[in-house]
Amino acid sequence: MEQPPDTPVTLPDYGEYETAWCPGCGNFGILKAVKQALVACQLRPESVLFVSGIGQAAKAPHYLNANLFNGLHGRALPVATGAKLANRALTVIVESGDGCLYGEGGNHLIAAIRRNIHVTVLTHNNQIYGLTKGQASPTSMEGFVTKAQPDGVHSQPFNPMATAVAMKAGFAARGFSGMPDHLAGLIQAGINHPGFALIDILQPCVSFNKVNTFAWYKSRCRDVANTHDPANWEAAMKLAFQWDDWIPVGILYKNDRAPFESYFPACAPGPLAEQPVDRNALRQILLSYA
Amino acid sequence: MTNANEQPNALQVVIGGEAGQGLVTISELLCRSLVRAGYHIVATQSYMSRIRGGHNTFAIRVASAPIAAPQEPIDLLVALNADTFQRHRPELAPGALVIADEKEDIRDVPVLNVPFERLASKTAENMAACGIVGAILGLERATLEHALESFFDGKHPEGAEDNRKAISSAYDWIGAQKVAFRNLPAPPRSAAPIMLNGNEALALGALNAGVKFCAFYPMTPATTVPLTLIKHAGKMGTVVEQAEDEIAAINMAIGASFAGAPAMVATSGGGFALMVESVSLAGMTETPVVIVVAQRPAPATGLPTRTEQADLEFVLHAGHGEFPRAILTPGSVEECFELAQKAFLLADRYQGPVFLLTDQFLADTYRDIVPFTLDTPPHWPAPPEPDNPPYKRYALTETGISPRLIPGLSRHRVVADSDEHTEDGHITEDLDVRRAMVEKRLHKMLGLEAEVSPPVFQGDAHPDLLLVSWGSSRGAVEEAAAIVRAGGTRAGTLHFPQVWPLVPKHFLDTLTSAPTVVAIEGNATGQFARLIRAETGFHIPHHVLRYDGLPFTPEYILRRLPHGTTA
Repeated sequence: MEQPPDTPVTLPDYGEYETAWCPGCGNFGILKAVKQALVACQLRPESVLFVSGIGQAAKAPHYLNANLFNGLHGRALPVATGAKLANRALTVIVESGDGCLYGEGGNHLIAAIRRNIHVTVLTHNNQIYGLTKGQASPTSMEGFVTKAQPDGVHSQPFNPMATAVAMKAGFAARGFSGMPDHLAGLIQAGINHPGFALIDILQPCVSFNKVNTFAWYKSRCRDVANTHDPANWEAAMKLAFQWDDWIPVGILYKNDRAPFESYFPACAPGPLAEQPVDRNALRQILLSYA
Repeated sequence: MTNANEQPNALQVVIGGEAGQGLVTISELLCRSLVRAGYHIVATQSYMSRIRGGHNTFAIRVASAPIAAPQEPIDLLVALNADTFQRHRPELAPGALVIADEKEDIRDVPVLNVPFERLASKTAENMAACGIVGAILGLERATLEHALESFFDGKHPEGAEDNRKAISSAYDWIGAQKVAFRNLPAPPRSAAPIMLNGNEALALGALNAGVKFCAFYPMTPATTVPLTLIKHAGKMGTVVEQAEDEIAAINMAIGASFAGAPAMVATSGGGFALMVESVSLAGMTETPVVIVVAQRPAPATGLPTRTEQADLEFVLHAGHGEFPRAILTPGSVEECFELAQKAFLLADRYQGPVFLLTDQFLADTYRDIVPFTLDTPPHWPAPPEPDNPPYKRYALTETGISPRLIPGLSRHRVVADSDEHTEDGHITEDLDVRRAMVEKRLHKMLGLEAEVSPPVFQGDAHPDLLLVSWGSSRGAVEEAAAIVRAGGTRAGTLHFPQVWPLVPKHFLDTLTSAPTVVAIEGNATGQFARLIRAETGFHIPHHVLRYDGLPFTPEYILRRLPHGTTA
């Protein structure tokens, strides 16, 4: 299992595990793409930290071999932010669902975009709550009927791409679990982007979402790589609102803002855990209170 | 019975005015000058929750001998506006002097009418008042001027010069007046003390313990803890981040701690309420985190800038489920420093949440302090890395403490989960594993109990009257007991610097053998007395409680002791 550090990283390094997901779940395609991207980045499992919240998606990092902090519903982003600030060398990836990241944790998403911390967010977006058996999520479409919303959803869906692009997030992309190779490329680009990256991943929920099915997404998702320049903010803004018989997937927007952690001199010398306490400096500080 | 203000070596200066009048600046300057001259001080701030206007005071109790509590009677009242005099007139001690602008119409009490307009420019009038007080107290002009220099530290040269002139004119003016006011005896000390408030001492203690990460959302009266860390972040290599909310703050701290950085948060009751789910997360994932809760009067927004001790039960029970915790309750500025270090040590050893429970009074109160010795706190060695994977983050051990490796700093993968988990950290619903993990986590309580800071007893052996306190009321309680003793009653005090876990053998004999036991707490229901009863069965029959937002004073306690308990 343990490989010397100079051997290339391969898929088996990230392991194969039994999952708790329904057969046909979009999570399988995402898990495969994540592993593929990690191998493409040649990241060793011990240098990667996954942080997840709660939901079926948040279980995903349990099914690969890397460091993991599986925390509370909605709170993955602040945990990831703290970990990245504590050790810049860690590759920090947040993986959770649309309810966790856009609902319970919405404020953290906005703050993380503003900070531009180098964390890659993978949102499993199936437009429904799966773990709690089928209530509307923040991205459920208007009129979508569930047991909890028997008259249909009255709120407008949250638009993660429009929000990220409007806020000039470091990197904003949309993928589809049914296009795993394309998705792996997006995740690889997101991880390598030196700043905040949001990758909204459309996926079917075979048990609870009978509207936005695999076929529904499959017929709509089309890559924009050849037609769109991600540096073009106005064009990205337009694509972010494109959602009907055509849903654009690919990198919608990116920029080269400096990552948040680069502004903290204390982060530069290495992991905070390995920095000594300078008691001579502290002694001087104490005396300055005379 | 004698009274605190009859101590010949102590007197109280109260400076009052509106927010925005430079009250804090001149008070801090005066405090610093007194400390540099060798006096002992207890300086408390009372302010309204506004930036301009309102009524604010800075009360400086100054003495030639050590003191530990604020007092009520005022010996020197500096009224920066007329309102100050009207409000505090009832508190004037016999022989008190009022300092006010000559334009104010103050009668029937000894008053020094100062022509502030002639002494200083409009913006430096507060500094002239500072000079007047300094001169009356017998401080040398140079002491104030030096303190002023270090305050400005070369910045704003014009303002600094204006202020220096104001002090100088005040000294010149007062030289020509006949002021009848009792002076303090010169202080005997020659040591070089420093001046700190509770929050500053707590932050410095955390730095000495090795804190490397702090996240916070601004909330009075906790904010000056992170502000102190930010001030020294460059030299000490600390990362401090203002989070989007308190939930983010504690989760950032947990994330940083998981990645190896000793981490803390600081907040007050309402902000802590938002953190509660994550307290449980720290307990479940066994992640060290130090949580400062600087109490203020609640419920809800309460009195944001006043003091109270009503969150003991909240902090004790915060978080769903059962997991170990420790709650440290400093009783002085010095204990803020000491116990902050202990908090980090316990969090690191027992891998979970450790609380520092303070309050607005302690957070904001300035004291003269002998500079702390900066010992290297004992750290437990990092666990040896297992030779072969899988590394088990939650390995079942005799003590309940599992060897903690840091992700990214090890060849092993570290997995932590808020779900119930197996020894290697992965989610499980195996109910035998569940039982073993509950027992493992709770087993850490035994270690925490062995490291409890025991209560501190002071006073007569076998006292007839025993005063029990926790946290910030220590100084007032001990002074009250000293006054009772001076009146001929055998009295003792029992201060708890740690309220959880409680180890009855540390204190139960002391409680049961005293004929009269009084619990002194800054809340309305006697929360600590209730906790003692729950843990030991011992019922403390008497209470002195305070919940009007103000700190305990010896006078307040003495007025409320049960009849017949003092000679």
